[in-house]
Amino acid sequence: MLGKGVRSLLYAMTGVAIVFLYAPLALVVVYAFNKGRTAAWPPDLGTTRWFSVAWNEPALRPALANSLKAGVAATLLALVLGSLAAFAVHRFRFFGRGSISFVLVLPIALPGIVTALALNSMVDAVPFISFGLPAIIVGHATFCVVVVFNNVVARLRRSQTSLVEASMDLGADGFQTFRHVTLPSIRSALLAGGLLAFGLSFDEIVVTLYLSGTESTLPLWIFNNLQRPTNRPIVNVVAMVVLVISIVPVAIAQRLVSDGGRRDR
Amino acid sequence: MATTASASEGVLRRLSAALFRHRGVRLWLTLSPPLAWMLLVYLVSLVLMLATSFWRLDALTSTIDRTWGFQNYETIVGSSTYLKLTLRTLGMALAVTVTDLLLAFPIAFMISRVASPRTKGLLSLLVVIPLWANYLIRVFAWRTLLAGGGPVDSLFAAIGLDSVRLAASGWAVWITFCYLWLPFAILPIAAALERVPSSYLEASADLGAHAGMTFRKVIVPLAVPGVVAGSIFTFSLTLGDYLTPTLVGKDLFLGNAISSLLGTANNEPLAAAIAVIPILIVVVYLTLAKRSGAFEAL
Repeated sequence: MLGKGVRSLLYAMTGVAIVFLYAPLALVVVYAFNKGRTAAWPPDLGTTRWFSVAWNEPALRPALANSLKAGVAATLLALVLGSLAAFAVHRFRFFGRGSISFVLVLPIALPGIVTALALNSMVDAVPFISFGLPAIIVGHATFCVVVVFNNVVARLRRSQTSLVEASMDLGADGFQTFRHVTLPSIRSALLAGGLLAFGLSFDEIVVTLYLSGTESTLPLWIFNNLQRPTNRPIVNVVAMVVLVISIVPVAIAQRLVSDGGRRDR
Repeated sequence: MATTASASEGVLRRLSAALFRHRGVRLWLTLSPPLAWMLLVYLVSLVLMLATSFWRLDALTSTIDRTWGFQNYETIVGSSTYLKLTLRTLGMALAVTVTDLLLAFPIAFMISRVASPRTKGLLSLLVVIPLWANYLIRVFAWRTLLAGGGPVDSLFAAIGLDSVRLAASGWAVWITFCYLWLPFAILPIAAALERVPSSYLEASADLGAHAGMTFRKVIVPLAVPGVVAGSIFTFSLTLGDYLTPTLVGKDLFLGNAISSLLGTANNEPLAAAIAVIPILIVVVYLTLAKRSGAFEAL
């Protein structure tokens, strides 16, 4: 359908976008092997010593552990709350139904600093949540709900209700139908939403800054170390390693999600 | 053992049947946890923050004086600084949104309608991976790329653009924002384009429309919800980000005003009052976006 000229223009624009997306990442990888401490151009390559310096950095591991804990806990909370909200919106008609997505998207649509300030005054005022990991988890879960909700609601909209009816007609009760029919059909949507939620939490800095108390997370560690120019190479190394480690699960999830999406249609 | 198992199964079955009959209970059980969370955690937080915005900072003791009044709002309206900050922030958010949508549309179209399944998988992966590189690292990478004497500077010098200085400028902030949020623009547009049924395009061609006309009259209108959904991200993320301008630029934005009032000045009431400006802008934007059906495409 597309003319030759249009097609090559499309390829060219796609190429430009990909180069734009990857030039800075390439720079991070290059500077991880830079001999000097500062990011002078051109880089003087050929050292792996920053890897061992990063490995022995004492503050890094607790920060990373906190990030993983906060990410997992916030993701689990978001999975439960987000899919419940998706089911409510998909299965029922009720007053204010149209506003649910509006309320859920607010924490991510409002500026990070506003969400941070608001949650900070809440944690300050409420006695049973303390600054540190609990506050971080509550804050992260709040803005992660929407990504799970969006994924699940989109999947529910595309899946056929006739399957649920067939299961009920064949004598399964509501719980059995949920376990054997509904859950398998939304599994890949939960995976996609969960992964996105984890990614959001793992990379969040502004809300975390205002809720962390004395605790540190990986982004906070990076924030503190980027302020010290002499620590920049270690930060590059850490960023590169995290990026490389994340590629495999992201690629697997991507494949599962696109397969799941195709089977539904 | 068998009897207990079947007894508990019977209970589950009766529970399920009871739930089936009582639609209201089922709705309440499904809806109340997420709703309660959002109300108790988030809306209460916002209300507390709004309340703070009517209090004042005691200049002598630098503690918060909980006397109600509009003084913070009077400060904002009375000085041109905040108007300037708001316009600058709004202008940047709009510029970044337009640029990202223009950059995102071709690659989204490629992913959803042109590429083979294999290439499509690879391209979508390539779009998502940068999101997994730490946000601050990516901002710093741009700082290094655009620094005086850095890679971009040398490139410009080589092609005779010696006078262009991007380091610590509004242009650097614009480029970095466009970079940061580009994947968030591509994904919803690609998803919306993917949902356009091929039969519509065939019908359009059968009725005599050439490719360009089908694009303008069929594809673009059906992509609008995805485009608006993408713009929600690019717009609101730019509106609120205060770290990028301090790291790669020199001008201050609304977020900087809030964060500096919270930090050194410790004037939480005024910060809360300023926070109302982006809240209003985002709420207006979301309300407009909702009308276009973008929420279905997020």
